[in-house]
Amino acid sequence: VDFSLSSDQRLIKDSVDSFVADNYDFAKRDKLSRTDDGFSKAHWKAMADLGWFGLAFPEGKGGFGGTPVETMILMEAFGKGLVLEPYLPSVILAGTALAHGDTTAEHAQRLEAMIGGEQILTFASAEPRSRYDYTYVTTTAKRDGSDYVVDGEKRAVPFAAAAGAYVVTVRTSGEAHATQGLSLALVDADAPGITRRDYRTVDGQRASDVTFAGVRVPASAIIGEPGEALPTLDLVVDHGIGALAAESVGLMSVMQKTTTEYLKQRHQFGVPIGSFQALQHKNVDMLIEAEMARSITFYGTMALLSETDPVQRKRALSATKVQIARSGRFVGQNAIQLHGGIGMSEEYFVGHYFKRMTMIEQLLGDVDYHLKRYLAGEPALHVDARTNGHANGTARPGAEGEPEVVGASWSP
Amino acid sequence: MDLSFSPEDLAFQETVRDWLRTNLPAEIKHKMHVGLELTKEERIDWQNRLSAKGWMAPGWPVKYGGQDWSVTQRHIFEEEFARNDAPSMLPFGVAMVAPVIIEFGSEEQREHYLPRILSSEDWWCQGYSEPGSGSDLASLQLKAERQGDEYLLNGQKTWITLAQFANWIFVLARTDASAKKQNGISFILVDMATPGVTVRPIETIDGGHEINEVSFENVRVPAKNLVGKENEAWTYAKFLLEHERNGTAGVAGSFHMIERLKQMAKSERVNGSALLDDTEFQQKIASTEIELLALSFAQMRSLAAESSGKSPGAESSFIKIKGTEIQQRITELMKDAVGYGALDPDTHSAAWYFNFRKTSIYAGSNEIQRNIIAKRILGL
Repeated sequence: VDFSLSSDQRLIKDSVDSFVADNYDFAKRDKLSRTDDGFSKAHWKAMADLGWFGLAFPEGKGGFGGTPVETMILMEAFGKGLVLEPYLPSVILAGTALAHGDTTAEHAQRLEAMIGGEQILTFASAEPRSRYDYTYVTTTAKRDGSDYVVDGEKRAVPFAAAAGAYVVTVRTSGEAHATQGLSLALVDADAPGITRRDYRTVDGQRASDVTFAGVRVPASAIIGEPGEALPTLDLVVDHGIGALAAESVGLMSVMQKTTTEYLKQRHQFGVPIGSFQALQHKNVDMLIEAEMARSITFYGTMALLSETDPVQRKRALSATKVQIARSGRFVGQNAIQLHGGIGMSEEYFVGHYFKRMTMIEQLLGDVDYHLKRYLAGEPALHVDARTNGHANGTARPGAEGEPEVVGASWSP
Repeated sequence: MDLSFSPEDLAFQETVRDWLRTNLPAEIKHKMHVGLELTKEERIDWQNRLSAKGWMAPGWPVKYGGQDWSVTQRHIFEEEFARNDAPSMLPFGVAMVAPVIIEFGSEEQREHYLPRILSSEDWWCQGYSEPGSGSDLASLQLKAERQGDEYLLNGQKTWITLAQFANWIFVLARTDASAKKQNGISFILVDMATPGVTVRPIETIDGGHEINEVSFENVRVPAKNLVGKENEAWTYAKFLLEHERNGTAGVAGSFHMIERLKQMAKSERVNGSALLDDTEFQQKIASTEIELLALSFAQMRSLAAESSGKSPGAESSFIKIKGTEIQQRITELMKDAVGYGALDPDTHSAAWYFNFRKTSIYAGSNEIQRNIIAKRILGL
């Protein structure tokens, strides 16, 4: 067990920290988020040149053989800087789908183009009636000769306006809620029949509601076996949660520290307000929640790295999302509260961290959704643990029937 | 970064499991499983088994009988104990007075006291709080007056856990009344058989007898029982409190308590089905379990920092706060789980709930812990 970074990881951390320091002071960030694109193509190219888009993918797929730990390092720094570039949708979500979805040569090429910075991708999953259930898909892809024809609506597709292609969850067979019949289709953004409603999201990013009306794609657009995409989809969501968790750790760290500084510097009643115990204890609780979030992020990242049972992996990432959202809400709300009026001001930076943190509560499923998904993976409980393998010590963690600590097969 | 268990760690885990399987007496295991108090004899029987194996005080330096275990191994050891209903070691001797003697005592004291802890010849209790000195510990008034080669002790200590079983007590006493508060305090070891030492039981709201008041009336203690330097014990006391806090988070035990909570919810019926199948109750348990997962990684991080040379500092305050909040939440849910059963003392669940209110008070109340973090980490 070792929490330290390797020398390669240390280099990545130094490089992303200085990238954020150089390019992401709050004034620059705010201006960038109000441009047409909502991010910088120059930054995007710089990130590609630094090799960040291939970090987490295997060498055989055009990547550099890194792990979710590298993603965690980058995303935490992106959180600290409120970075706007579409790293999550393009690299983590669409990239994971292409890298793990049993790719063809054509898909491998598209992944490499994304890694090289030539094309931005995004991931279109949520629908007007699916809420957070990513397996509830009514967008259809119907076979027509050698093509598929895609029809349906996707909601809040991140940075769709900037993307050259979308990885879209579609149904090639079955009812909306069936786990069979789910597929992933790579659809070019300029295909006839696609319309978008673009908007600047409340946290200063970009998203679109996208309608597909008779959009024709070749059969080769389907990633992996038609109808068998659920395991890949689960993995995409889990990697997305891991990345959001690390981003949240960065956000919380800034909100907590900046609040501490403010308490020292702001005077009322002739003294720094940080001398008041009521405010001190709130700020301490912010620190505690930020540390809890950091700790669960390690847990989730390690599950992505080494948990081989998908049920346990999903459970671990759901736990991660629940803790992140709860800690983030506490830290964010209290950052605003302890700053007082200035915390409400759009001109001041802390509110923008709070807004991003608040939107992350929703992304890829909220607390209620993930508590349910966590419980769905709960191992069966026997009436008396003493009469089972648990007591005689023969059972391994996670063995059937053993009331076991979650994730104990790999957690320390 | 690698948080998985190495093959050596897994082998160590197997060793601990095997040993517990053959050495943990069935009656003790049963009592721990259903949450009953152990007798003094049962505790000593258990300690002797651990001592024979060399596992009584694994955290001590090897030359005094400790084990050269990694952070992961210490974690595995505690986790396996909790998971297998094995009693964890009472901290007062092994984890409280011993580290102070090892760090600040004389070689003569180490040679005398440490083996007696390992053999359970001595049972230690902790004399810190006084009726007038709780959170403001430095205001303590137990007087120790130097008279020749003796100290004369007069005063009172309170909230002393299991003093009724102990034959030795370590106290913080005031040796210089003229000095500023934190100065003038000394760390003194007292044989409880000394004339003038009186133990009175204090019954707690859960109906148990864990804690006591101990009074000192003209108690004569040899001056050689002073640990470290006279008047400088405040440093030792803080050192000890930090060690104590890391031990009070009870992470491994809380995982076990959650399993027990689930068992309770499985037997409780609601309209014919198990309470454990009730979505709302499930979510309450899951929420606590998730916090505990986060805390277990926080504790690992803290231990890893400690093993790389940093002493457990103010971080141990945060783990104490969160760990005890989680313990209390679990006992709340246990009390809730049994419904009307809570009224029946035989279910014990209300008693656990009341008993665990102590956790956010002892070892420095959680409010005091927040003061420590505000001052020492945040610099407020």
